[in-house]
Amino acid sequence: MKPKENCRQLLSYLSEFIDDELEDQQLCQEIEAHLDQCKNCQVVVDTMKKTITLYNQSADQIGLPSPVRRRLFQRLDLEEYLPD
Amino acid sequence: MNEANDKKQDFSLPALRSGDRAEFARVVDAHSEKIYRLGLKMLHNEQDAEDILQETFIKAYHGFQDFKGKSRISTWLYRIAANEALMLIRKRKNDKQTSLEAARVTAEGEDYTPLNLVDWCCLPEEEYLSAEAINYLDRAVDQLPEAMRVTFILRDIEGLSTRETAQVLEISESAVKTRLSRARLRLRELLSGYYGQKVDTLPVDFNRQGQENLDRT
Repeated sequence: MKPKENCRQLLSYLSEFIDDELEDQQLCQEIEAHLDQCKNCQVVVDTMKKTITLYNQSADQIGLPSPVRRRLFQRLDLEEYLPD
Repeated sequence: MNEANDKKQDFSLPALRSGDRAEFARVVDAHSEKIYRLGLKMLHNEQDAEDILQETFIKAYHGFQDFKGKSRISTWLYRIAANEALMLIRKRKNDKQTSLEAARVTAEGEDYTPLNLVDWCCLPEEEYLSAEAINYLDRAVDQLPEAMRVTFILRDIEGLSTRETAQVLEISESAVKTRLSRARLRLRELLSGYYGQKVDTLPVDFNRQGQENLDRT
């Protein structure tokens, strides 16, 4: 893959490349070679990885609030299975 | 992570089909948090998330007869919840927008070429998940068309595999990949706008300047 003119082509494979789900090994090597010489594409790859990581981490902060849990068990008529 | 958790949960389908409430309580306990989170990320409203949570388990309780057990229970529950969330979003949309407006919003998002090339990967850690930043992350997800949004949430927030996401949404794996790719490009662009500004306000090469000041004394 040549630099610049193939940046756009890389975009369509970027997401699968990041997930390591690209089955075409040659294409994978071409992308890696392109990234070595194209700083802009490297930034896009790095910031996309960071975007995914941040969303994944942000989910860890959401738990099920106790009142929501209690009302759920009440609505389902499962109150007797709620711990005291 | 989800798959590992699921394997630990060994539910008895015959018991669930016969209306065993203790077994049902175990299912609710094991899966309610992730269903609530899906609703919250889809709608960004706690009451809506709670409604989706309750409706999902009410439908599940009455639906175990039809559940064939070919997919995991979590996949099936996610499918019920995702449908509930999408129905609620479409209902709200019809309330608020004309269909023309909705079509325009979708058409505007067709170009996914990265425009913002700021490298914002080296900010101080506390900048990334501050309350303000999390609020921005949520609003960015809100801007995705709902088909893209639900795919992104299942895949990148809930951590489902491509295959499992395809099963939940009843679409092909290649459709999951296409939606996910567009969602990620769009979100990367939006986050670059937000975090990129923070890079601009960082002290320039703070450590080196500090060292130079020390050298002069």
